[in-house]
Amino acid sequence: MLNASNLFKSFGSRRVLRGVNIKVDRGEIVALIGVNGAGKSTLLRILSTLTRPDGGRISLDGNSIREDPIRVRQRIGVVLHSPMLYGSLTARENLQFFSRMFGAADSEKRISMILDAMNLSSRAEDLVRTYSRGMQQRLSIARALLHDPDYLLMDEPLTGLDDDSIEHLIQYLKHASQQGKAILFATHDLERACELATRADTLHRGVISDSLPIDDITPEKLRERYHQLTAVDQSSNTERHTR
Amino acid sequence: MKRFLDAILAIVWKDLLAERRTREIMGAMLVFALTVILIFIFAFDLSVEMRRKAAAGVIWVTLCFSGTISLNRSMSIEKDREGMDGLLLAPVDRTAIYFGKVLVNWIYILLSAVIVVPVYSIFNNTSLVSWQFAGVILLGTLGYILTGTLLSMLSVQLRTRDMMLPVLLFPVVIPLLLAAVRASTIILQGGAASEFHTWLLLLAGYDLLFFAVGLMVFEKIIEE
Repeated sequence: MLNASNLFKSFGSRRVLRGVNIKVDRGEIVALIGVNGAGKSTLLRILSTLTRPDGGRISLDGNSIREDPIRVRQRIGVVLHSPMLYGSLTARENLQFFSRMFGAADSEKRISMILDAMNLSSRAEDLVRTYSRGMQQRLSIARALLHDPDYLLMDEPLTGLDDDSIEHLIQYLKHASQQGKAILFATHDLERACELATRADTLHRGVISDSLPIDDITPEKLRERYHQLTAVDQSSNTERHTR
Repeated sequence: MKRFLDAILAIVWKDLLAERRTREIMGAMLVFALTVILIFIFAFDLSVEMRRKAAAGVIWVTLCFSGTISLNRSMSIEKDREGMDGLLLAPVDRTAIYFGKVLVNWIYILLSAVIVVPVYSIFNNTSLVSWQFAGVILLGTLGYILTGTLLSMLSVQLRTRDMMLPVLLFPVVIPLLLAAVRASTIILQGGAASEFHTWLLLLAGYDLLFFAVGLMVFEKIIEE
C-alpha cells in the first residue's frame, strides 16, 4: 500500500499542501481531481520522490521513501506533464536507455512488448522529436511501465491522446490493476475518471476534501462537485481582492 | 555497485549517441577552440621561442572556455525537456548522474584537446606532444570537469545559466589552472622535476577534493 500521511509543502509563502492524507492499495485505481493549482502535480512529484515535502510521512508497503528511496523508486512508474524523453534518440533507444537506468530484466523483450502495447512498434526506430504530442505521451507511459512497477503515478496521462489511444490505455490500466498494480492519476477529464477509477479523491485547498467510491457517483455528480470547488475558489479570490 | 556503474555508462552512451546525431556540443566546442587558437597565432607576431612559452597559457585558456560550452549544454539538454526528472526517478544512487555527466564532459574536452594541441603545434612549428603533457591535460581537465559539472547543476536552475556558469566556475578553478599552466610550462620549456611533481600533486589533490565534494553534495544540489 502507498500511504502518505500529513503531507505539507509550501513554495515561498504559498502553502500548497496542508496535511494531505492519501492511501492507495494494490488493485485500486484512484483518480485525483481538483481545480488548477490545487496541488495535484506537487502531490504526485512528492509521492514519486522528485520533490521533498516540508513535513509528513510516505511509505510504500512499509518502506519509508525517505529512508529507502532507491527501493521505492524501483517499484513506482511515473508519468508527469513533460514526457522526460530525448528527442535525438529513437523510441527504442529511449527505452533502452531507461531500461539500463532502471536495471530492467530481459530488457529487449520487455521493450518490444511495451512498444507493442502502446501501439508504437511501427515507429520504434524513428527519432522521438518527429513524434506527435500523443505519441510522445504514449512513449512516456511506455517508459513508466518499462520496469514493471507495482505502483503507477500519473499526472494527466490522457492528455494529448486520441480517442482510440485513450480507450486502449484505459483497458491496459484496468488490466494492470486486475493484476494487482496500484494506480493514482490526476485528471480533469471527469468522464474518463469515472470510466477508469475505482475511487475519486478530491484535492482542495491543500487537503483531500472528499474520497468517493466511483460506483456511487456519476460524471455529472463529479462535475457538479468540481464546479462547487471552482466557485468556492473564485469567491475566496474575490474576497481577497476586495480586502 | 554494478547497477551504479551501469547507470553511469548508460548516461555516457545516451549522451554520446545523441551527440553523434546532432554534433551540437563538439561542433560548437571545436569552432570556438580553433577560432581562439587562430586569433592567438595571428594576433601576436611572436618568435618561435615566445610561442613555445605562450603555448601552455593559450592551450589552457582555449580548453577552459570551450569546456564551458559542453558543461552548459550537457546540463541544459536534461533541463529543457525535464529529462533530469527522468534520471532522478531511476532506482540508483543519484551520484551516478553526476559521474555519468562528468565522464561524458571529460570525453568532450579531451577530444577537443586531441585536436587543439596538434593544431597549435602545426601552426607554431613546435612539438607539444609528450606523455607528461598528456598526463597534465588528463588531470587538469578532470578537475575542471568535476568542478564544472557540479556548478553547472547549480547554474542550470537559473534563467541566466549561460552567464552564471563562468561566473561561478572560474574563481573556483583558479588554483587548478595555475597548477596546470605551471606544470605544462615546465614540460614545454624545461624545468626542475621536483617543481613539476609539486604542481602535479596539486592537480591530483584538487581532483580528489572535488571528486569527494561531488560525491557528498551532488544529491543535495539536485534536490534543492
